[in-house]
Parts: sequence; C-alpha cells; structure tokens
Amino acid sequence: MWRVDLADRSRAELAIQVQKLSLWYGNFQALFEVDLDVKRGSITALIGPSGCGKSTLLRSVNRINERLGSYVRATGSVHVLGHNVLGEDVELARLRRQVGMVFQRPNPLPLSVRDNVLFGHRLHRADEKFSKSQEDEIMEAALRQVLLWDEVKDDLGQRAIGLSLEAQQKLCIARLLPVKPAVILMDEPTSALDPQATEALEHLIWELRGDYTILIVTHNMAQARRASEETAFMLLGRVVEHRRTDALFLTPRKQETADYIEGRYG
Amino acid sequence: MFEATNLNRRNHQIQWLFKVLFGMMTLILIVPVALILGVLVAKGGPAISMEFLFSMPRNGLTEGGILPALIGTMWLVGVALLASVPVGIAAAIYLSEYAPDNWLTRGINLAIINLAGVPSIVHALFGVGAFVVFAGFGASILAASLTLAVMTLPVVIVATRESLQAVPMAFREACWNMGATRWQTIRIVVLPNSVSGILTGIILEVSRTAGETAPIMFTGAAMFLPFLPQGVLDQTMALSMHLFVISNSIPGMSEEFKYGTALVLISLVLLMNALSISFRVYLRGKKKW
Ligand SMILES: Nc1ncnc2c1ncn2[C@@H]1O[C@H](COP(=O)(O)OP(=O)(O)O)[C@@H](O)[C@H]1O
Ligand SMILES: [Mg+2]
Repeated sequence: MWRVDLADRSRAELAIQVQKLSLWYGNFQALFEVDLDVKRGSITALIGPSGCGKSTLLRSVNRINERLGSYVRATGSVHVLGHNVLGEDVELARLRRQVGMVFQRPNPLPLSVRDNVLFGHRLHRADEKFSKSQEDEIMEAALRQVLLWDEVKDDLGQRAIGLSLEAQQKLCIARLLPVKPAVILMDEPTSALDPQATEALEHLIWELRGDYTILIVTHNMAQARRASEETAFMLLGRVVEHRRTDALFLTPRKQETADYIEGRYG
Repeated sequence: MFEATNLNRRNHQIQWLFKVLFGMMTLILIVPVALILGVLVAKGGPAISMEFLFSMPRNGLTEGGILPALIGTMWLVGVALLASVPVGIAAAIYLSEYAPDNWLTRGINLAIINLAGVPSIVHALFGVGAFVVFAGFGASILAASLTLAVMTLPVVIVATRESLQAVPMAFREACWNMGATRWQTIRIVVLPNSVSGILTGIILEVSRTAGETAPIMFTGAAMFLPFLPQGVLDQTMALSMHLFVISNSIPGMSEEFKYGTALVLISLVLLMNALSISFRVYLRGKKKW
C-alpha cells in the first residue's frame, strides 16, 4: 500500500491538482478547502451523496460555474497540467479546449452529426486550413474511437438530436476528441441511459483511459468500482477519502466512507 | 361497472357547452374578416385591370390608375425595412444574448414594449420634428420611411427576441462549454435556429406598416404627384394615403376605384404575409432540431 501512496506524491504526473479550493454560491459554502490530485491518463471517480459538491468541484476545473457571475466566489487553486486555471489571465476558450466536459443529459448541438464532431476542431483551429478530406479523417477517427462510426457512417448529415440517447452521449464525447483535450470531465454521464447503454458507455470510457485523463462523477457505486482506477469520496463539500478504487471499496479508512459504500446514506 | 353516472353525464354536457361556446367565438372572429375580404373582392374586383395597376391617375384622380401609389408604398416599406431590420435585430441580439439580467435591462425591455403601444400619430409628429425639420430631409420618402422604421422598431425587437429565446438555453451552454465565444455561439447555433422566426415575425409586423397613413401623411406622402419617385429624397404617393384621399376629398369618385384601391392594398399585405409564411416553412425544413 505505501508504494501507491508514494506514487501519488509525484507532482509531475498530475493532470489536475486542486488545492484548498473553497467555493461559495452567494452565502452558501459548497466546497471547503478541497484538495484533490488526479494523475495523468487515469480515470478518477468522484462519489458521494447528492448535494455534496461533486458537480461543483468538477465545474471548477473548466470554470463553467462562472456563468452565474459574481454570485459564485472561489478561493484556493486548481492546476491543470501545472497551470493555475483560476488565475486572472486564463483564456477560457483555451482552458475549455484542454478540459472537455460531458454532461448528465446528452447535449449535442442542433447541427448535423458531422458538424457536431468537428465543432470544437473548427472552433479552436480556425486559423489553420483543413481540406474536406482531412476533416473527414478527423471525424472518422473520433467517431471510431467512441464506437459510433458504424452506426452513423451512412448518414453523417443527419440531425444529431435525432440519434438515440446512447449515440448522442457518445457523440458528445466524440466531439471533444479532435482537439485532444488533456482532461475530460464527466458529470454522471450515464444517468440518462438504460442499463445496456450504460454498459456501452462504461466500456468506452474505460477504453479512453491512458489517452485522456478522466474525472467522472457518478452516484452509481458499481460504476465507480468497474470503471475507475481511483476514487474520491466526498461528503458535505469535503473530500473525505481518496485512494485506489479497489482499496477504497475493500478497506475504507474512514467511517463515513464505509457507511456510504454500504449504502447507509441515500 | 363502467356505465356513465349522472356526474359523468353532467361533465360531458358542460364540456360540450364550452366547446360550442369557444367555437362560436372563433366564428365571430372569422366572420368580419371574411366579410371584409368578400366585399372588397366583389366591389373592387371589377376595377382591377392592367390599366388600373400600371398607369398614372388622370382627371383629378378619378380616372386612370394607381401606379405611383403602388410604387410609393413599396418604396416606403422597403426603405423602412432597410432601416429598422438591422437596428432591430442587433438590439434584440444585444438584449437577449449579451445584456446582463439587471434592472436596467428589464427597464429597457419594458420601455420597448410600451413604445410599441404609442399611437402612430405621435410617431408622425416625432417624424416631422426629427426627420423632416431637424435632420433636414424635408417631406420625403426618407423621412417617412424613417418614421415608419421608428414606429416598427419595437415590434421588430420583440419579434426577434422571442425567436432568439425560443432556442433552448442548453444549446448555448453546450457551445460555451466547448470554448465558443458568445458571438460564435450566436452565429453557429442561435441565429441559424431562430432566423425563420425572426424573418417571418419581422415581415408580418412590418407588412402592417404598408397600411399606415398617419406617420407618412406629414413626413413624405403626397395627395397627387404626376411622376414616380426617383430617389429617397423625393416625395411620393402611397396606397394608404391615396385611399384616404379618394375616400374623403374627391367628389364624384367611383365606388369601384375606392374598393379597388383597398383591394390592392390588402392584397399587397397578404402577399407579403404569404411570402413570409412559405419562407418559414422552407427554413423550418432545414432546422436541425
Ligand atoms: N447555482 C447554485 N446556487 C446555489 N446553490 C447551489 C448551486 N448549485 C449547487 N448548489 C448547492 O451546492 C451544493 C453542491 O451541489 P452540487 O455540486 O450540484 O452537488 P452534487 O453534484 O454532489 O449533487 C448543494 O447543496 C447545492 O444545493
Ligand atoms: Mg451533480
């Protein structure tokens, strides 16, 4: 066990490093001095009862909480690839290129499948010239990687909104890939899907590990066990315990963790 | 076991009563419109001819055609559209996509809605002061069209804003989260999905200005001009004004001419509406949600 902990301390390998992050919605404090290290190329699950701040923590990494304006305040730091993203001089477009996000409900854009996949690519690489065949290659690679190519290849001009929820969610992952983000955040990405689709998505997420650093919120503990390498357990705005997934589930160190994984909170 | 009880029967009766009542109201709504159209076609139809549409009026407006009024109305509506549409759409985009949700924005929105209720004669007086006198355009198509534009600006803004807000917020957020700026989001997602609503809303609203008389009466419309307008600084005749004049001020005017002029005016409006509706149908077919 000590070997794992030793590896944890190796800062150079961190994709995300959250330090003393506190966050307020108005007067309500949602996060309390949260620390969290996420290793490059790993899958880390965030678990905890609903309302404990998982989504809030996730949204701090790509700063989409800021949509709410000055109502949201944060202190502390969030480093992505060694750079503090809470700094003043951070260009949000570049941050969001590096940190993609997948939501609870699939949210493809009201465009064709093709335009969806190429959306971020065109956005972030507008100053380069790509021929149609280059774009086609990029699109095909992304769709293949999310195991969606065979399903949509015959009609890439179809409305993305018309696809099944499973396919939509895969598409939402696919559209992140062409710009090669370092980190992909996923907020309960399978909670709108049926069990079969959930399994397909979990399989896909597992396949992406290594190429991408994935931080995934789930309230499905079986999913955390199956589809993550590390797990952080949160409670009331704090990270209570963060370890290798198998270790956390087999031998939790904290009483609260044990209570939660045994289903004693909702 | 499943037979109707007295209570069920009474509910069915009440429900039938309301259905008939609401249906009658709809009928009351439709009848006058149908009557107006019917009378116009019956009494004005015989007046319509190539000569009526495409020749100059003669003999103190009692003979000949309405060409200068027809052309003039197209000028007035066209120039008014050119002025109000870009300004109105830009303002609506600002208010709906950029402006923070605070008391100032809410105040502006409220003011716009109230502005839409200002009587057209008040706009006419404003137009005289602002465009004819102060800006020095004189009585001209430009002054009259700008007056019409100011008058229609609120409805253009409201129609545009409603179409913009019909685009679900989730689409915008998805776009922002990919790293798109507000403008990129507007251009790629919001406008393509609202343009049909915007354009039809605008055309529907603006086509009504073709029938306005008060705002153009003092700012650029003339009772009679023996020539067609050559540019925006000319005065012009207009259908609405022409109808007003021949209905009130010309003794011995034939009924047929009056109804014929009204029929042309209303056909012009309906034609624009039909165009905008077919445009909407066409664009909706291309929508991706
Ligand atoms: N926009 C908001 N305004 C006020 N409170 C919020 C807002 N979003 C979340 N919260 C509160 O912050 C806490 C954490 O929420 P969240 O991060 O969504 O929890 P989780 O994702 O773990 O269910 C909850 O108590 C929630 O009520
Ligand atoms: Mg949540």
